[in-house]
Amino acid sequence: MSKATIAVIDYGMGNLHSVASALEHVAPNHNIVISSDADVIGNSERIIFPGVGAMRDCMAEIKRLNFHTLVPEFIASGKPVLGICVGMQALMSHSEENNGVDAINQLPGRVKFFGEDLKENGERVKVPHMGWNTVQQNADHPLWHNIENHAHFYFVHSYYAKSENPDVVIGRCQYGLEFDVVLAKNNLAAVQFHPEKSHSNGLQLLKNFSQWQADS
Amino acid sequence: MALAKRIIPCLDVENGRVVKGVQFVDIRDAGDPVEVSKRYNEQGADEITFLDITATHEGRDTTVHTVEKIASEVFIPLTVGGGIRTVDDIRTMLNAGADKVSINSAAIFNPDFVKEAADRFGSQCIVVAIDAKCVSAEDETKRWEIFTHGGRKSTGIDAVEWAKKMTAYGAGEILLTSMDQDGMKNGFDLDVTSAISEAVPVPVIASGGVGNLQHLVDGVKLGKADAVLAASIFHFGEYSVPEAKQYMREQGIEVRL
Repeated sequence: MSKATIAVIDYGMGNLHSVASALEHVAPNHNIVISSDADVIGNSERIIFPGVGAMRDCMAEIKRLNFHTLVPEFIASGKPVLGICVGMQALMSHSEENNGVDAINQLPGRVKFFGEDLKENGERVKVPHMGWNTVQQNADHPLWHNIENHAHFYFVHSYYAKSENPDVVIGRCQYGLEFDVVLAKNNLAAVQFHPEKSHSNGLQLLKNFSQWQADS
Repeated sequence: MALAKRIIPCLDVENGRVVKGVQFVDIRDAGDPVEVSKRYNEQGADEITFLDITATHEGRDTTVHTVEKIASEVFIPLTVGGGIRTVDDIRTMLNAGADKVSINSAAIFNPDFVKEAADRFGSQCIVVAIDAKCVSAEDETKRWEIFTHGGRKSTGIDAVEWAKKMTAYGAGEILLTSMDQDGMKNGFDLDVTSAISEAVPVPVIASGGVGNLQHLVDGVKLGKADAVLAASIFHFGEYSVPEAKQYMREQGIEVRL
């Protein structure tokens, strides 16, 4: 029997090899592909929707390659989807980056700038939020299997997501303010940090995703 | 709970081997870069920085191949620097698996390159490396200038102003090396580190001069660095990354253990 496929969606924004290598590491029973082909993606068992860079450029490429319809179709099919970093932000309704960009609107909520005057314990915090921060798990979820509450993950971003629906928030982070870093709604999940760069915690999360039997 | 201060082992790589020079001469061999990276990854290093010190003179194919190998086995962020001069150089390194590239002399020759790079790839992957040297006399207010060619050539550019300009141009992080301290094991230049860290909105990595664990603590507490970079104290087994983190935590610094 051929192996089920996890497709990492390629729309030309950033390095996808790290995500693919990390998946190969934790999901040896899956076939891992990096693809922008609608058929390959459609026939996959589950997909990863990554992204780095500016929102305007990401959305432009997503639209050019028709992922703004393909990804929602895949989500509607009930198969598991994981958005990572700007991929997560692109799944929200709207981002205020680049003077405002409408996104795919699969997770109602907005993406906002951290701001210049953010403080924590009286000290100015730097933007981008870059480095290892702890994630508070505020709901049980299969993605958290074997990961401790307040585990460290690697972040690099200047904009953060705020979900309209608190019920889908399963992870939060604090950096000058509190924001949503893991969202899960039926078969769709999204993370602000980079699991592929988050050492053992990140690899565990990707492993959990590869085994996730989501309810659509 | 807060954002952890990062410990970043640095690999200076020449002809496919990790080396560490004192003030960029007297180079000692410190092993195979892939093996060294894997060791630091297992030890809990927060990132790895790979500086290709041969890049200016020789072909980069070996480097690309090494970066690919590291990136396929090490699941923490990897910064690659040395000889990054064009948008194509950046794309090559990112495609090979680097998460960030560090731009040094190319930024000095053409500051707009940083703008172009940040616009194309995003500020999150553009690190500007600054080699600073103190140029003020002892009775003057301290002042630092940017040096090139391993600290031998002054550019006449003020280091603090340069850091501000580079972040305005889109640098997402500053890697600051004191050319006075590098390889000397007397600790970071804390004055230039705090001056730049307070002047820019982005994270600053302190580099150059670490000889013991207290130097790392001082870099964060007094130098206000967001991350500390060291090479020889880790390469030659004087200290391990976990020992360094434990020590920093005992001194009240948030670290990832």
